[in-house]
Amino acid sequence: MSKKLLMKGNEALAEASIRAGLKGYYGYPITPQSELLEYLGQHLPSRGGAFVQAESEVAAINMVYGASGAGVRTMTSTSGPGYSLMQEGISYIACAELPCLLVNVMRGGPGLGTIQPSQGDYFQAVKGGGHGDYKCIVLAPNSVQEMADFTYLGFDLADTYRIPVVILTDGALGQMMETVVFPDYDIEANKTDHSSWATTGRKNMRKKHVVTSLYLKAEEMENMNLILQKKYREIEKNEVRFESIFTEDADIIIVAFGMSARVSFKAVELARKKGIKAGLFRPKTLFPFPINELQHLSNQADKMLVVEMNAGQMVEDVRLAVNGNISVEFYGRMGGVIPSPNEILNNIINLSELKE
Amino acid sequence: MTEEILIAGFGGQGVLSMGMTLAYAGMIENKHVVWMPSYGPEMRGGTANCTVVISDKKVSSPIISNFDSLIILNQPSMEKFESYAKPEGKIIYESNNIIHPPTRKDVDVYNIPALSESVKLKNKKIMNMIILGSYLATNSIIKIKSILEALKKVLPERHHHMIPLNKLALIHGGELIL
Repeated sequence: MSKKLLMKGNEALAEASIRAGLKGYYGYPITPQSELLEYLGQHLPSRGGAFVQAESEVAAINMVYGASGAGVRTMTSTSGPGYSLMQEGISYIACAELPCLLVNVMRGGPGLGTIQPSQGDYFQAVKGGGHGDYKCIVLAPNSVQEMADFTYLGFDLADTYRIPVVILTDGALGQMMETVVFPDYDIEANKTDHSSWATTGRKNMRKKHVVTSLYLKAEEMENMNLILQKKYREIEKNEVRFESIFTEDADIIIVAFGMSARVSFKAVELARKKGIKAGLFRPKTLFPFPINELQHLSNQADKMLVVEMNAGQMVEDVRLAVNGNISVEFYGRMGGVIPSPNEILNNIINLSELKE
Repeated sequence: MTEEILIAGFGGQGVLSMGMTLAYAGMIENKHVVWMPSYGPEMRGGTANCTVVISDKKVSSPIISNFDSLIILNQPSMEKFESYAKPEGKIIYESNNIIHPPTRKDVDVYNIPALSESVKLKNKKIMNMIILGSYLATNSIIKIKSILEALKKVLPERHHHMIPLNKLALIHGGELIL
């Protein structure tokens, strides 16, 4: 284990990616994730990787496509507008079944928007964003420590399932400083064998490897889709991750991810002080979504309150999971505004009064 | 024990670095810490603020509705944040920059002429360390020793010769409270 360090979320993520054996980083600067490029530009080349500032996000994602096709551990990072530009490439990478890590440090949108933190890209990251039936594994850290931890996890999941993995975070987590300890990570021991598919040159006239997302016959394209869907079901079965705080006896359960889960945790603490039995459920994976756990909690709690920094996106998945069993309310702020603990507390108080 | 602090003033007054030093010192004392900058298209002379949380347990939210302590370095920040102090909390302000002192009666108010005191020490940049010294004298959250340790991390090496002056400023700031 490394010693304890005080770092910004973006820097911790960048450092973790190098320690996880990042070999190729391709990106384009955009606030609030520019510290990632700064850090990697300064440190990656001297620590065994290639750093390229691409001419645009479209170029960056296609460089990632190329590097991952060669079986190299690769990553890009951006924020909302840049992530939109990358969608075509992500759809190609998903169809070609290639591993890579994509980081979206969300800012307020839509449009060019603002540089303050937001969670407005949930639909885009979780539901696809690009064309066709594909999914990315989506990880939602809520501390600087998790910004680091999920980077290692993200690379490993990407390799295991040959899938793009998204770290969906926001400007606040990217900019704030907390203590972080980098776990021991053995790059060699965690290496996945890519020799059956990576395009690394046909030495000894081996069978040729083809990386493609083009299938001209409908039956072949459907077959590729069936392979992808089977993989997604496998991921849904194995990779759900979440955190439950004070939910055992809770009447009102807040469901939130990332930064809004941090603020909601404070609101839950304040509510408990007032004698309201509130709890917090936090999905760490947004795809796969913790459907069974939410269903289970809906048999025990009276109400759920989803808190997001958007107009209500994850709330749709919570409602699908709960399936009408209990009422699911929503509170959100948009455009770069973070809800305050007191705002959320007032919503909890209102819900608990409605109950009586 | 959890201490939630807001530091606010103009860009260039050392608002963010004061907060960062405090957070580093908290880490040195093995506490849980968060440093959260306000950010936007910031510039010298624009408003800047940061939140620091120092706690014995895991910090829930870096977004805070009511603070234990406010350190306020200019008038616009006083107008914006005076109401953010908890009842029984404290407001420490730089009295050369603030024309209208806080009017709240339910908090402890300390007026510190840190700017004019920094002039006496022949370095206006040391103003933030004077008022930080005053803040540290109002409670026992962090030891000055840890702040000096933290300065070695926060200040680039070429400025390490300034650490003795920073120490002087911290101690002097503490004396202004008595």
